Amino acid sequence: MITVNGLTKRYARTTAVDQISFEVKQGQIVGFLGPNGAGKTTTMRMLTCFLTPTSGTATVAGFDILEQPLEVKKRIGYLPETPPVYPEMRIGEYLSFVGQLKGLSGSDLRARVDYACERCAVADVRNKIIGKLSKGYRQRVGLAQAIIHNPDVLILDEPTAGLDPKQINETRDLIKSLAGDHTIILSTHILPEVSQTCEQVIIINKGKIVATDSVSNLQQRARSGESVLVEVAGRIGSLDPAAVQRKLEQIAGVSRVIPKADGQKRVIFEVEATKAVRGDVARAVVESGWDLNELRPTALSLEEIFLQLTGSEAPAEMEAVAAGGANQ
Amino acid sequence: MRNIWIICRKELRSYFVSPVAYILLVMFAVIFGFFFWNSLGYFVNMAMEATMEGEQFPMNINEQVVRPLLANINVIGLFFIPMITMRLFAEEKRSGTIELLTTSPITDLQVIIGKWLSAVIMYALMLFATVLDLLFLFRYGNPDWKPLAIGYLGLLLQAGGLIAIGTFISTMTRNQIIAGAVTFGVCLLLWVLGWVSQYENATWAQVLSYMCVITHFDSFAKGVLDSKDAIFDLTVIFLGLFFTARSMESMRWRS
Repeated sequence: MITVNGLTKRYARTTAVDQISFEVKQGQIVGFLGPNGAGKTTTMRMLTCFLTPTSGTATVAGFDILEQPLEVKKRIGYLPETPPVYPEMRIGEYLSFVGQLKGLSGSDLRARVDYACERCAVADVRNKIIGKLSKGYRQRVGLAQAIIHNPDVLILDEPTAGLDPKQINETRDLIKSLAGDHTIILSTHILPEVSQTCEQVIIINKGKIVATDSVSNLQQRARSGESVLVEVAGRIGSLDPAAVQRKLEQIAGVSRVIPKADGQKRVIFEVEATKAVRGDVARAVVESGWDLNELRPTALSLEEIFLQLTGSEAPAEMEAVAAGGANQ
Repeated sequence: MRNIWIICRKELRSYFVSPVAYILLVMFAVIFGFFFWNSLGYFVNMAMEATMEGEQFPMNINEQVVRPLLANINVIGLFFIPMITMRLFAEEKRSGTIELLTTSPITDLQVIIGKWLSAVIMYALMLFATVLDLLFLFRYGNPDWKPLAIGYLGLLLQAGGLIAIGTFISTMTRNQIIAGAVTFGVCLLLWVLGWVSQYENATWAQVLSYMCVITHFDSFAKGVLDSKDAIFDLTVIFLGLFFTARSMESMRWRS
């Protein structure tokens, strides 16, 4: 449905998007993931013909973004980062204006406006002035505007930014429900969003694609190293946590031992290793005369994969993002 | 054509759902009303004096009332045009709705012409307020309507050109105040450029004075449709819209 080939956008001094190529199949939801300033928005803007690429090209539904922009635009519904709404208009008026822009008219237009209102749950407020709506409603109006002409492709730039947790869930459900009829690309810097909504993920950093894979594959891939949670209890009387930690650190292949909880009788550690070490851990614990209460592999979260892939300066950014996400 | 009309209608609606249109209309009507009252009072006074002194001084309402009034409208228009054009693109850029327009299946030119047309219609409505005053002349006097019609055509053509320039300036910033101020400055300069011809006769002075919009209005005010002046106005419209299109295209490379 979408084929991107060597797309590059260069500004005077910086390269925002550098030679990226990827493909999206019909009906897929693809997450475009990256820290702020990675080039997500620029890529989306080039796909929607808002920006002209410096080099490279892309096709949407078989039409080239440089050769046939009008055909491409007919087939794309686009929700920019801030919903492109006119605050002085009423929702119904606005949607009918956008519908006309996209080439709808007459009863067709009315039907689509009704449908979009219904689908995005704004039917009950469609006579309200957009400027007086809450952020969540505005976002929904933005989504309604994107689907009004029943486009093959939906491009959504951070569709959940600035919403409260309840609205975020509603928006995600809405996007998932749209997936059947449309091919969707959505960008985000919030990781759970990708694991919850998307099938495919494209991780982009500093204008380059660092990974393209399905969500489950990525998680699998990160698990090639192992991370295990160990709960150790002393058999008689108290237990010295430091001794346990030393013992665990001595096992071959273990790279890090993180204390999770400790008490008089039992301690919990997370052991990160570069190879499978569960057997060795179990043996070490038992041979030292302690009880092994629990031993289970913990999957690396997408967050950790993301950090592995986007390199060293990402953590600070991600923490800021996580904090921002929590505040929203 | 349909797309141009969709854009134009939306722009007109946004003039009229905010107080902008009403304030512009009322202020324009009030200011023109004052000029009209003044110039008519002066004319009536002159006429009475002429009768009392028994002079047969030829008096002509077209020459002595309509013509200066048309020139007045023209100058008042210079002050109002920036207020009509400043939001056209600056507002869309600020609120991000420009992304909606440029990613919809319509061409840049359709957007530009639609917006320009809405501003011209807005100005035409303001002119209509002045027509109401002039109707009194027909009720109590006997002016010739043809020169008057040509005068209005000239006003519209010239405003079309200035509005095209204002539209262009509005594409270059996301700040309405900047767009308005720059447009105002340009309009004012295009008005006073002609003054150099009063003391200087060199080629550069002639060029400058040729660029002055007011000199090209004189013949219209007289009721003469001079193709030279009409072509000047049409050229300004064309150039203004052409540069607007280039400016919009450059947004696709820069922003």
